Formats: sequence, C-alpha cells, structure tokens
Amino acid sequence: MKVPFSWLKEYVDIDITAQELEKKLFGCGFEVEELIDLSAEIDRVVVGIVTECEPVEGTHLFVCKVDCGDYGKNIQIATGAPNVYKGMHTPAALDGSSLPNGVKIKSKPLRGIESNGMLCSGEELGLNDDLYPGSEVYGLLDLPKDTKAGEDICKVVGLDDYIFDISVTANRPDCQSVLGIAREVSAILGKPLKMPALDYTVSDYVYDGFEITVEAPDLCPRYIGHGVHNIRYAQSPAWMRRYLALCDIRGISNVVDITNFVMLEIGQPMHAFDLEQLSGKKIVVRRAKKDEKITTLDSKEFTLSENNLVICDGEKPVALAGIMGGLNSGISENTKELLFESAKFTRDNIRKTSRSLGQSTDASAHYEKGVSEYTAEIAMCRALHLIQELDCGEVTASAFDVSAGAERVGKKFDVSIKSIESILGIEVPEEKILEILSNLCFETVKDGDTLHITAPRWREDIETGSADIAEEIIREYGYEHITPTFLSDSAVTVGGLTRQQNEIIKTKNIMCSQGYCEISTLGFYADSDLDSLHIAPNAPERNVIRILNPISSNLTIMRSLLAPSVLNTVVNNIKLGNMSGRIFEISNIYVPKSLPLTELPDEILHLGFAAFGDSEDFFTVKGTVEALADAYGLKFSYERAKDVPYLHPGISAYIICNGEKIGCFGKLANDVLGELSLHRDSKENHHIFIGEIDYRAFSKLFPDSISYKPVSEFPAVSRDIALIADEEILCGDIVDEIEKTCPLAKNTELFDIYRGGQIENGKKSMAFRLNFIPTEKAVSAEEVSGFITDILKNLKEKFNIEMR
Amino acid sequence: MEDKIKALHELMESSLSKVKDKSELSDFWQTYFSKKGKISELMKGLGKVSKEERPAVGKIINDFKVSAKARYREVEQILEKKELELRNKAETIDITLPAKKREKGCLHPITLVKNQMIDVFAGMGFEIFEGPEIEDESHNFTRLNVPENHPARDMQDTFYVADGILLRTHTSPGQIRVMDTEKPPIKVLVPGRVFRSDSDATHSPMFHQMEGLVIDRKITLCDLQGMLDKFVRNIFGESVRTRLRPSYFPFTEPSVEVDVSCFECGGKGCNLCKQTGWIEVLGGGIVHPKVLENGGIDPNEYSGLAFGIGIERIAMLKYGINNIGLFFENDLRFLSQFRD
Repeated sequence: MKVPFSWLKEYVDIDITAQELEKKLFGCGFEVEELIDLSAEIDRVVVGIVTECEPVEGTHLFVCKVDCGDYGKNIQIATGAPNVYKGMHTPAALDGSSLPNGVKIKSKPLRGIESNGMLCSGEELGLNDDLYPGSEVYGLLDLPKDTKAGEDICKVVGLDDYIFDISVTANRPDCQSVLGIAREVSAILGKPLKMPALDYTVSDYVYDGFEITVEAPDLCPRYIGHGVHNIRYAQSPAWMRRYLALCDIRGISNVVDITNFVMLEIGQPMHAFDLEQLSGKKIVVRRAKKDEKITTLDSKEFTLSENNLVICDGEKPVALAGIMGGLNSGISENTKELLFESAKFTRDNIRKTSRSLGQSTDASAHYEKGVSEYTAEIAMCRALHLIQELDCGEVTASAFDVSAGAERVGKKFDVSIKSIESILGIEVPEEKILEILSNLCFETVKDGDTLHITAPRWREDIETGSADIAEEIIREYGYEHITPTFLSDSAVTVGGLTRQQNEIIKTKNIMCSQGYCEISTLGFYADSDLDSLHIAPNAPERNVIRILNPISSNLTIMRSLLAPSVLNTVVNNIKLGNMSGRIFEISNIYVPKSLPLTELPDEILHLGFAAFGDSEDFFTVKGTVEALADAYGLKFSYERAKDVPYLHPGISAYIICNGEKIGCFGKLANDVLGELSLHRDSKENHHIFIGEIDYRAFSKLFPDSISYKPVSEFPAVSRDIALIADEEILCGDIVDEIEKTCPLAKNTELFDIYRGGQIENGKKSMAFRLNFIPTEKAVSAEEVSGFITDILKNLKEKFNIEMR
Repeated sequence: MEDKIKALHELMESSLSKVKDKSELSDFWQTYFSKKGKISELMKGLGKVSKEERPAVGKIINDFKVSAKARYREVEQILEKKELELRNKAETIDITLPAKKREKGCLHPITLVKNQMIDVFAGMGFEIFEGPEIEDESHNFTRLNVPENHPARDMQDTFYVADGILLRTHTSPGQIRVMDTEKPPIKVLVPGRVFRSDSDATHSPMFHQMEGLVIDRKITLCDLQGMLDKFVRNIFGESVRTRLRPSYFPFTEPSVEVDVSCFECGGKGCNLCKQTGWIEVLGGGIVHPKVLENGGIDPNEYSGLAFGIGIERIAMLKYGINNIGLFFENDLRFLSQFRD
C-alpha cells in the first residue's frame, strides 16, 4: 500500500527522516517494501528567472539569460519552447544535472548557440497536472512568481517527498489506509494523532419517502447512506489531486475524487449514486437473483447468481456491492442529487464474487482485506465534511444507517500483567506497558496485576486474550529486548528418528552406494503421463485423485505410480545431454479409498528407480535390487513380468519377497520407448531400465531384529558341475530344484553359460558351483557324490537336463 | 679321477655361463644333477676306484657336487631376478590413465538439508512426525485458527481434491495431529511436502517445510529465539545471530519472522542480503491459545512455541542456489554436485 510521506505528516508531527521512519515501521511489523524518493532522479535543477529572451533568426530557438541565484545570475540557455518569455520563472536544469529516466544535461551548443543547461517542461520533471497544476501545458513549466531564483525545483513542485510502499499483514486491515498507518506512526513516535476533520452541517433538505433496506444482513452488516443536494460539478483542489496522484489515482471530478480520497485516507471504499437515476425512491441491499444482469461503470455486463450481493433501486441492480457501481446510476457532470454509500460488506463474499466474475477494483481489494464498522462511520462523516469544504453541495437530512446490530464500542476484556510476561519471557516495566497501550488507543485501567482493557473500535483483529496484548506490547517495546534462553524451564525429552525413518535413510544410502542419485519430483501429473506408460484404462492405477482446481493441464491428478515421474526425469536428462545415469526417489503414491473422496486416501511410500546408458543391462539393475534385499537380510526371487505395460515382456521381472509381489523392474518396453519425445537415434541407442517397489510392503518384511545363529563348525564342500539344458529352461528354476533336492546345497552359483561349439542348437551349457554346507556333521566325498547323483536325477526328470 | 673332476668343473662353469633362461637352467640341471647326469656318472665311477682311495675321492666328488649346486643356485637367483625385472617391466602400466570407478550416487540437496536440520533438533530432544500430505480442512485450517473466511482458504492458494479435502498447504496440520495423540511435554518436528497453487521463478507448486512444535509449561518467546539461535548457528555458522520481528500467522501469537545476520557479509550489507545485513529464514511464534485448545491442551496450564522453516529456502541460502525450480528439474549435473 502506498503512503506519501507528506500526507502522513498531515496527521502526525513527524520529526524524523523517511529512512528513520522506515526502520521504525519495520520494527513494529510494517515492512516497507520500497521507500520511493520522488526526487531521486533529479539533481541540479533549480528555479530560473528568464531575464533576457531573444528569438534566434532562422530557427525556432530562443536564447535566454537565466538568473539561477547562487548557481549563476546570468546563465545563457537556449530553448525551443514557444511559451518562454522574459520574466518567466521556470525550471532550469544546469550543466551536469540529471532528470528522470536517466537524462543528463551538459553544456553544449544548440545549433551553434552556446547553451549551459536546459529549461524544462513539467513532463521533463516527471510531473502531470494532478501532481502540479500547469505541468501538462505545451512548453516550459510556468512557475509562480513568488518562487526564488536558484531554489531547488523539487521543493517548489512537491517532489521533495517520499512514498512508503508498505506491506500490511492480513490481520491489520485497519492499516490499509493513510490514517491507519498514521495511527501506528503516532504510537511509534509517542506523538498525538491529529484526526482529519469529520464535522459537517446538515441542511433541512430531505428526499421525501426515500428508504434503504438491507435484506442480506449476513453479507452486509452495516449500510450507511447519506443524500447530498444540489451538486456543483467541478475539479477538486490541487492538494487533493496531488495526494491522489501520488497514490496512482487520476483526478476526475470533485465528488469522485472525494470518494477516492476517503478510500485512501480512511480505508473505506465509498460509492456515489446519482439519486435521480434511482427509481422507486429506495435502495435495497440483497442477494442477486439467478441470472440477473448488471452492467458496471466500465460497461462490462455480468450475469449474477444468488452468491453475489447487489445494491438495487426499486426495480433493478444499480451496483455490484463492494466492487463497482452500475452504469445506470453513476454520477456525471449533470448529477444534481447524489447518495453516498459507506458500507461494511463481508470480505469473503466480496472476494468470491470478485474472483468468480473476474472483476476486481481498488474497492474490492479493500473489502477483501476487511473494513470495520467504525471505518464505515467515519468515512461517511469525512466525505460529507469534504463536500462542504470543497463546496460541492449541501448535506441533506436524508441520512440512513442500517445495522445488523453490532455493538458500537470496542471489545472489553481483562489481561494480567503476569500472563503477558509468561508469554514474552521478559519483564516489561509496567509504566511502559501502559504507555504502549495508551499510544495504540487501548483504554486501560490497571487494577493490581489486572488490566481492564477496551480495544479501539477499528481493531477488529483483537481477540480477547493476553496473547494479543503481549504481541502489541512486544512489537512496540522492541524484539531486541527478548533475551534468548534454551527451554530453561522445560522437561527433558528423548528425541530422534523412529525406526522406519532411519530405515528410509538407510535405504536411500544403499541406493546412493549403488550409484543412484536421489531425485525429487512433484506429487502430481496428468492422465497423459499414465497414457505414455500404456497403463490400461481400467488398470487400478487409473483410480486417481483429481485436483479440482489445477494450475496447469500437466498437473491434474495425484500420482498413483512413481514410474511416470521417474521416466520423465530420465527423458529430461537425456534431452539435457546426460546420456547415462541412475536415479531414484522414495515418495508417496496416493490411493483413494473411494471416489469421490469422502475420507483421506492411503498414502503409500514407493521406491522408484531408473538406470540408463550404454553400460546398463538387466543384471546391473538386478544387482541393485539384490543389494536392497541383502541390506535387510532378505531374499528376493523373480517371476517374469509379462503384464507390466511399460516393461519389456522378456526383460523384466516381478520382485517376490516372502511370497509377496513387492515390485517390478526391467527394460522399458519397446513401444513405450518408441513414443518418448526423444530423437530417434537416441531412442534406438538407449537402454532405459526402470523399476518400482512398494516400499511400504517391502519395509514390513524387514526383520524385527537380528538373532545370531551359530556358524557350522564343519567346512563347506564345493563341487562344479556343467549341465546341458534346453534354451528356455530358467537358471532360477534349476537352482531351486538343486536346493530343493539337497537341503545342504546353499548359495548355488551359476558361473558360466556357453552356447555353440559342441553344444547342440537350442541348448546351452551351464556351469554351476554347488556349495554343500553341513550343519550337524562333516560331509564326506562319497556323500557329496550321492547328493550330486540325486540332483542330476531330478534335473533329468524335471527339465531333461543332462550332465555335460 | 681328480682330472676328470677338474675337466667336468671347467665344462660345467662354461656351460653355466651360457645359461640364459630358466629352461636352459633346467637343461643344465638334467645334464649335471639328474639321476643320469654327469655327477651321478662320477659317483658310479667311484666303484672303479680302489678301496683305500674311495673315501677321499668320494669326498672330492661330494665337495664338487655341493659347490656345483651352490653355483647353480647362484645362477638361478640371478636369472630369477632378471626375469622378475623383465616381467615387472612388461607389466608396467600408465598410472595416469583414468580410474575405473562406479560413481557413487548422491542424496537430493533437500534431503541433505532436511537430514541436517533433523540432526540439530533431534539432538535437542525433538521427535520426528510425518503427517499425511492430503489433509482435511479441519487439520489444515480450522483447528489452526484459520477462520472460515480467511484469504488463505481461497482456492487461489490451495489445491482441493474433494469437498473439504485438500493438499496440505503447510506442515502445520502436524501440530494438531501430534496434539491429538501426545500429551505435553511435546517436542516434535514435522518435515514434509506441501502444496500451493502457485508457480513462478520463486514458487513451486510443491515444496518442503519443516514444522517445529514445543509444548510444555512456561514456554516463552525467549525460548523460541534461544532454540532458533542454536539451529541457525548449526546450519549457517557459529557467528550468525538471529533477529525477531513482528509478523502474522493465524496459529501463533505473537508471530515473528526470524532473520539471520548475513553469513556472506557478516551483516555489513551485500547482494545476498540486499544490503540489509539480514536474511529472512523462517517464521514462528507462540502457539495461539485457541490452537492449544483445539488440540485438547489447556492453554492456562501449558504454552507452546512453533516455527515453520522452508527447506528449499535454507538449501538455496546454504548452497547459493537462485532458482527453486532447479530442485525439481532433477538435472543430474545439478544433483551430482551434492555429494556429502
């Protein structure tokens, strides 16, 4: 919110600089986002009095002698401005001066004529008619004759000023105005607040039979109206237009400017109706009817619903409450009778209407932040006072105040000084507490340790507790008084991560040790991400939670699988030129218990991973998977994953642990790969392996604790055998059969596969190392031979496998 | 006989001097020391020597055999040494060729910072609690004293997934969930993903926060600052100081923004701190009595402090990252810089 320094000074005698005030405001919770110095870009520009002025023949130029006081009594400056005349007081930019927009002025000849500076227009100083009257005339700025040669131009035209652009927190709508900030400044400086004049005299004039009713008091707790008779249309005075202009509002006419001025000054949006345009002699504040239409002042037509609040006359809506007036009832230069509106509308209703209609104004912005009933009251008084001060018309006796009945006094409550100290942890001197509360306009009566407090009416944010008061005290007293302590009076607690949290850290570290980099992807994506993995329309992963108000068509559903996010990361990396890599993420997927959601969904941790690049194959990735099993003392077995749509049916596996399918991994399916948004060559050449493990299911299988089993005191015996098997026989099945046949056979290892040569076509030679680990007694060579005979017999029967 | 031995000695010396490698040395062994070798022959010739001379001659032959074997070992050692040298030379490699290694992976910078933060607070006795990412309005707003008509409830900031169900906009609902299940003293940290319908250079629709909550008797604003002092010193260095300044959050009162003195310039003013000497790092305050009540804790008996830290914010400051989007782009060239 913009607050001009000079305007603030109307209400408080500020005896510190703008920079000092900025620091004090910051300390009290009002961050000045920008302190704008209006004179920042102007340097060495002074009042010059034109003492000689001669046209230069054959040119449009005039050569002038200019009296710039201390800067030189007789400076020659050439100008092309046609309105220059002898005796003119005008801004003179001297040699070496600067003007707005980075303009630098140097002495240099103008068409051969020596010129030691430049005489300036209002526009060249960054002025307009509102900021300084006469600034928009064509030619030089003609300054009043009481200005002195050599005087700093910024002082003369009001640019020796600052604008505070203040960010006001959501709990302080009362500070969304110049007066609101002035109240804070008055408290900070401990100086009295000079309230703006609110008095006015009422004439006998009455609009007979006119009435105002509020049919929706829940959306409009207070509606104040007041008629003004015999409006005299005119421009508003320069001081008012200047303040408006400093806050980026252009002057329009006296009445409109008053409503804008009051909004900036008091923080209350006001509206002015042309009373003669209102039919039926009435104002009704009600919910709009379904499909009712209104055309606002900016000629936009809106179709309304029962959720929108409208101000109506006897027949039709004449204003969209709190947002903008109707085109049918706005004031014009012909308006003779007007009705001022100063109302409190509830902020959420205005916000919803403004959002749903896409119509927002300065007024709606104020209402969204919230106005108090007090503000509505004094704003009307202020507007009527200004009507009289500016002589725009006569204040009539037609005054209306429709209230839902809120009390017209501030909130009253008791707070103990001890409770304030117990929140702050420090003692604040009692007289300081009382002084601060008094400066902030809290009426306080001290009774022992108890303070009987009445909050100011504009502080609707104040709830009735010590916390509120403690906050007010400390922000004024200063946070630098807080002395850090470390839970000096607290119980000792045992902290730390839970076992599951530690396991996640361990799992991440295992993935890192396998060369995987952790990624972090958004928790949502779009249906198209599931499409690109060929997830079937009726697959359980399609049972997704949808975001009702997505910000992008790419982020519409909560993810039901990590794989799309992981694959997108792979593709992005390849596009960035990272041709190989290993990535993983442990994050939630979201599974609804019912749709639409009626209760919170399941959030299930998954581990997603991918490895891509020339050196990756199925078995490098399988190595990672087994590293996970090993880390938790588990054993995985594998089944072909023929029905995972995004995996190659022949190069993929389900991971089985304790008989439970906990995940899958494998090579990205050829058809999925073919559709990736990658260059064709890079698709052909890319080995992308991807996997996803239900981490929650996996972690449930982690053993509770390690229990020691005695190691066998007998040495293990190893034997190597070579087998000839049909090509389709799986290694895992052979190993299972071997270990099933002989209970002592453990950790059977395949160490070679050989095809071709003497091996028949369609067959392969597989070399295994069998490890027999005795438990109760040593095994003899004869016993081992017996085991092998049994094993070979079973392999022959089951798989038609021969010894090589 | 002695002549014979002498001649054999000379022959042996000359053939030994010609031996160039181990196979020739092996031939030499066969020629002289095998069962059918020249020395055995000599021994066999001993039978022809008279009985009286036999012990003396036998000794001569034996001496010769011993000295010959010593000579043989000598040559063998020289050869072995030579061969080892040759082999070493042949096997010598260019040790400056690139190393063969499996690059270690790395944790995401958010995880690194999160873990470091957890370490600090776990050491102070904080438990770590993780609440659901999809929350109801009651936990995310109502019970946190965010009133029905508060702007934060507006659809503009919050992703909704059903009537009354939303993606949590902060980790603060964790406060309520902990109060529902635990009794004071409570010291808990709630890290997690949060979501806001906002996306630009400084905002990501998903980011990470860490909520801290302490509830006990006599918790004050001084404790908040003391605790956060320890935290920021651990993260940013021992010389860093904190500054509290007033702010507003519906669930704390008083509410504060916490700034740290700029660790880049020490507070003198630089680009990082925008010439102010201070950097905003987190928000916090004294738990609002209504929030305690909503959590079933008597505000007259207990008080609490709470704070919320943006993990990305801390990571950006710590590592000098200027765009929040980098955390979620997952460019391996970015990620691989965070090996810890």
